[in-house]
Amino acid sequence: MSDATTKAQGGVLGWIDARFPLTKMWNEHIGEYYAPKNFNIWYYFGSLALFVLVNQLLTGIWLTMNYNPSAAGAFDSIEYIMRDVEYGWLIRYMHSTGASAFFVVVYLHMFRALLYGSYQKPRELIWVFGMIIYLLLMAEAFMGYLLPWGQMSYWGAQVIISLFGAIPGIGEELALWIRGDYNISGVTLNRFFALHVVALPLALVGLVVFHILALHEVGSNNPDGVDIKKNKDQSGKPKDGIPFHPYYTVKDTFGLGVFLIFFSAVVFFAPEMGGLFLEAPNFEPADPLQTPAHIAPVWYFTAFYSILRAIPDKFGGVLAMGSAIFLLFLLPWIDRGRVRSIRYRGLGHKINLALFAVAFVCLSYLGLRAPSEVYFGLTVTTWAQIWTVVYFGFFAFLFTYTAFGFERTKPVPERVTD
Amino acid sequence: MSEDGANKSRRRFLTGAVSVVGGVGVAYTAVPFLSYWNPSARTRAAGAPVEVDTSTMQPGQKINLTWRGQPVWVIRRSEAALETLPELNDRLRDPDSTVASQQPPYARNIYRSIDPEFLVLVPICTHLGCIPSYMPQPGSLDTNWPGGLFCPCHGSRFDMAGRVYSGVPAPTNLVVPPYRVADNGLIVVGEDEEAA
Amino acid sequence: MRKLALILFLGLFSGGAWSAGGSADLMDAQVDVSNEASLQRGANLFANNCMGCHSAKYVRWNALPEALGIPMAMVEESLIYGAYTQGDTINAAMRPEDAADWFGAPPPDLSLTARSRGADWVYTYLNSFYQDPDASIGWNNTLLANSSMPHVLWRLQGVPEARYEESHGELQVAGIRLPEGQQGIMTEDEYHQATRDITNFMAFMAEPVRAKRQEIGVWVIGFLVIFTVLAWFMKREYWRDIH
Repeated sequence: MSDATTKAQGGVLGWIDARFPLTKMWNEHIGEYYAPKNFNIWYYFGSLALFVLVNQLLTGIWLTMNYNPSAAGAFDSIEYIMRDVEYGWLIRYMHSTGASAFFVVVYLHMFRALLYGSYQKPRELIWVFGMIIYLLLMAEAFMGYLLPWGQMSYWGAQVIISLFGAIPGIGEELALWIRGDYNISGVTLNRFFALHVVALPLALVGLVVFHILALHEVGSNNPDGVDIKKNKDQSGKPKDGIPFHPYYTVKDTFGLGVFLIFFSAVVFFAPEMGGLFLEAPNFEPADPLQTPAHIAPVWYFTAFYSILRAIPDKFGGVLAMGSAIFLLFLLPWIDRGRVRSIRYRGLGHKINLALFAVAFVCLSYLGLRAPSEVYFGLTVTTWAQIWTVVYFGFFAFLFTYTAFGFERTKPVPERVTD
Repeated sequence: MSEDGANKSRRRFLTGAVSVVGGVGVAYTAVPFLSYWNPSARTRAAGAPVEVDTSTMQPGQKINLTWRGQPVWVIRRSEAALETLPELNDRLRDPDSTVASQQPPYARNIYRSIDPEFLVLVPICTHLGCIPSYMPQPGSLDTNWPGGLFCPCHGSRFDMAGRVYSGVPAPTNLVVPPYRVADNGLIVVGEDEEAA
Repeated sequence: MRKLALILFLGLFSGGAWSAGGSADLMDAQVDVSNEASLQRGANLFANNCMGCHSAKYVRWNALPEALGIPMAMVEESLIYGAYTQGDTINAAMRPEDAADWFGAPPPDLSLTARSRGADWVYTYLNSFYQDPDASIGWNNTLLANSSMPHVLWRLQGVPEARYEESHGELQVAGIRLPEGQQGIMTEDEYHQATRDITNFMAFMAEPVRAKRQEIGVWVIGFLVIFTVLAWFMKREYWRDIH
């Protein structure tokens, strides 16, 4: 693509370029976007998230063609897709597996940002856009989960909407307004369907564009956390940067292949993922008169669900859960440190971040279990309380040692190291 | 970064190989998405053959059926109507039903039917898909009208065998669906004569 | 860092080993939906013993020939009772209202039971009936106490009785036993196989495409491995430029 760098004058491309900034956009975002050359495995997940988004949009549009958004017809139409429509099962499994895969790659993508300080100045806005994407993704997943109209769909939605009822004063009215009915019903299903298939995807795509535009404005961070724009050659290109295309397009192609192997393994051999991706009670139609014996949200919500359950007060739980998410938004301002990458940060920070990751995983696991179960002599609730403290402790410690200069960082190199 | 050490032909080969294999992958991925639009098992089940009892039909009478979601008319033609058919040949575009897709082979005759009396027809205008009006009475459309079907959308005319007139927008005769005549005057739409 | 990522990645994906159940110990049904002989026997047992009361309303009869490896004519002849028109689904012989009168609740539709409860649960359930004079229908089940379903397969298995064990100072039903002289026409092994066949057929009904998707999956993953290996060589070739 070396000819794309010199502005094409004639031909079809020249004709288009005179009317639309095609070559300019290509160069700005792909052909001449200089990314640090030392990206490691953690840097695959951004492009993979984009791929999964496309997968969800495509399969989602296709599912909509045969889905019936009504309390009487939803469950039947899913079975219709699974049995009667040619390859309907594949499209649906790609969508249901894609939902979980989305969270897998997004969580890893977010953890990468924590590892290498990608949220720090000047990338605060990238992080905030990313967090809004994450929030929308949660809303999208939650509303999508109601659509099959199975027992888990119904009671999951019941529980989550009831959370809004905990807000003092307006809570009950708010929950009623969200449902549009005195109980979850076809009315709720229809509005969730509209939001799930039109409004939220539209917002998601828009924010992904903002996220990438903001990234390309300031440039990518890297595992060393050094600013590659500080060292440029005569032609003004960063010495440690390489054009995104072809170097990262070929690398991401390889990454995509590896991802697709895992993804297909789930789609074709374990679409239920042992009850994690498709929960067994959801193969029973929604019954407003009978709650399943054990309800748990899908795995990607369970960390926050654990925090909710850890607090023995209804409103307190909702508040804790809300702030667990909200604190992430504030991360660029909580972390007052100047060193980005974990490689050059203090031991305290390494331990703090490791504990935070462990807390998230443990809380996720605990959220899947019944509160009364016992591990090592302590109940699930007690464990959840312990890890909730660790979760919030991360932010408290982070602020303390960075704002008051307790962190003993190592010198950051001038150039990237590998 | 420099391309000095690069083995250009190897690079070209690998890029080509990945593109071709990737392209094959994309093509295969398109298969389920395209197949998804085919009639589903339920739709095909709903397309099961339809039976109609013609034993009590009066000459000139029409029965409306639905087969595969399409309208199907079964018309018992009067003697008079049958007699007009051969006389119309030079006013028609395709009097001998030469277009194979418009009728099964066993209905390729001047009556476009197995039993001359009973016409089985999909009344969907071959122009743009409107349903023509059934006007069997001679003179009901204009003085020269021998009886037949008239499409209100763009004025296409068909005779009492569904054959299209010359000089109207519709290009071909109306479709005769596969059907067979069973014993006791039953007509089964959707099953071929041979298969019986 | 690379290793840590890999561990995290694999850890998240190996969640398949995690099981949703965690309830009572279930027997292993050893489901194999590619076993046509087992599916045929299961379909036969299902048609003769279950379809009187239970429907499987999402399952089309004409989906059976491909999975069972038998012609449709044979399905119509040996499995379907009563009239059949193309595209019909599996209906119960009994009307739901009558069933509700007789059993208190209409017998559930069985299309998806092997998925909502799990195949092992179905298999265990079929092996957990016992005679119970206190129950209104004369039968009870150790897996689902006071379920209102009689032991339909008693002619095959025999008439089991409850086996009691003392726990917390009370006698509790701990399992079933088959007393001498109450055996059915099948041996214990034969009955296990029969119930396994029914379970297998129900697993097929719960997800008719299961055998096919695994078959396709092998090809897809094989293809992806080739693609990924090529992509790896391509990446390595391009990255020779980077020093």
